[in-house]
Amino acid sequence: MIRLTDLHKSFGTNAVLRGVDLHVPKGESMVVIGGSGTGKSVLIKCILGLITPDSGVIEVDGQDVTEADRDAFLARFGMLFQGGALFDSLPVWQNVAFRLLRGSLKRPKSEAREIAIEKLRRVGLSSDVADRLPAELSGGMQKRVGLARAIAANPEIIFFDEPTTGLDPIMAGVINDLIREIVTEMGATAITITHDMASVRAIADDVAMLHAGKVRWSGPVAQMDDSGDPYLHQFITGSAEGPIEAIR
Amino acid sequence: MSRLLAAIGATTLGLLAAIGRLALFVGETLSHLFRPPFYPREFGHALIQIGYFSLPVVGLTALFTGGALALQIYAGGSRFDAQAVVPQIVAIGMVRELGPVLVGLMIAARVTSSIAAEIATMKVTEQIDALVTLSTHPMKYLTLPRVLAATLVMPVLVGIGDIIGIFGGYLVGTERLGFNAAAYLKNTADFLTRLDIISSLVKGAVFGFIAALMGCYYGMQSDRGAMGVGRATKSSVVAAAILILAANFLLTEAFFSA
Repeated sequence: MIRLTDLHKSFGTNAVLRGVDLHVPKGESMVVIGGSGTGKSVLIKCILGLITPDSGVIEVDGQDVTEADRDAFLARFGMLFQGGALFDSLPVWQNVAFRLLRGSLKRPKSEAREIAIEKLRRVGLSSDVADRLPAELSGGMQKRVGLARAIAANPEIIFFDEPTTGLDPIMAGVINDLIREIVTEMGATAITITHDMASVRAIADDVAMLHAGKVRWSGPVAQMDDSGDPYLHQFITGSAEGPIEAIR
Repeated sequence: MSRLLAAIGATTLGLLAAIGRLALFVGETLSHLFRPPFYPREFGHALIQIGYFSLPVVGLTALFTGGALALQIYAGGSRFDAQAVVPQIVAIGMVRELGPVLVGLMIAARVTSSIAAEIATMKVTEQIDALVTLSTHPMKYLTLPRVLAATLVMPVLVGIGDIIGIFGGYLVGTERLGFNAAAYLKNTADFLTRLDIISSLVKGAVFGFIAALMGCYYGMQSDRGAMGVGRATKSSVVAAAILILAANFLLTEAFFSA
């Protein structure tokens, strides 16, 4: 379970998070939506400790993350980055097995390679790509490799940052289905940030909308269309008319 | 007047803040030296990249500089009938100053720029963030292996540069200026002291540390986008070159001031 209480983060004079409260129950798939620049990425980077919040409390399973053992804490997480963030200098299989080749989760090289190939297969990639470099793969394949890396160490909590950005609609659908399947199969707690409404409907159990640095609306995905919130309604219908200002 | 004072004050504060940030970076890098986990593969890779692949540029730089130095000393020495000192001055000039400084500057150009560009690109493409989420400390995985490798391999490169530089002087001296080969080598060997060689190697280690550190520091501090990577690369090379020249002066003062 992840709980954020009154989270604040500013960059200079730009207050990005202005008191975010969010609760993600264990095993649930939460999708955070919101316009560009509303602090979605900042939110998950705060949870992971990549950005230090100005104030507020972040708890995972009731424990304040600032008091947790950092390595043990991070070992519970997997993350798919927006651009994949694959290591250019390493072949695909070593990217996937990165965590299994070093540190506390280290395994023998042959075993790590086997696990990497199994995870690649899980995301629909054959073992042929294992020895290629990331630059030799298409955008969709890189996303899949990133997904395989995120799940390689069987994390309890997985974050997906804009998983379908830059992909064609068919590949986006494939990635959405994969994420849903994997999260269900692993029983993991997931937070996905996106502004792709097809992703939201495919992945989410619950939805939270960030606007003006706060959670504007949150609830089950089934209630999203009948929320009665004009901000959420404008966002999910993609309308230029409404309370959210669109710069033309 | 007050505007001028404010500008001076702001510049001074900015400079002190930059020194503070760099000092913290050095402290954090060194703090990982004895704390596991270690990354021997990364260290080995850095040794090859910084050491082995720099050999051609170091060798050519030293060879041409040694040859040019012999010609200059011969031409200058002939004005007061002191052409015979060519072997000694080439040796002392290469080993004490030109060897370490030129190798240091070539490494700043070749290695510092490449480290800064690589780490800055990793930063803007979120690879550094990915390292953290994979329970890997970027300072331990990226910075320490490179800084350690450069510090250890640079004395070797400088030693090779010194020898090739002296050889360049020897070639010009014997083939072009009419020196006797055996006498040239004997004069070179007799004139060099142990302190000359030690100072050269120590300078190499310090310059290697500076070169890799600046690459890592500016790479890690890089702003977003292609401009950020370009700026980080440029700043790293400028800072490394200036610090190498400043450190060279201080080390020369420490080793050779009477």
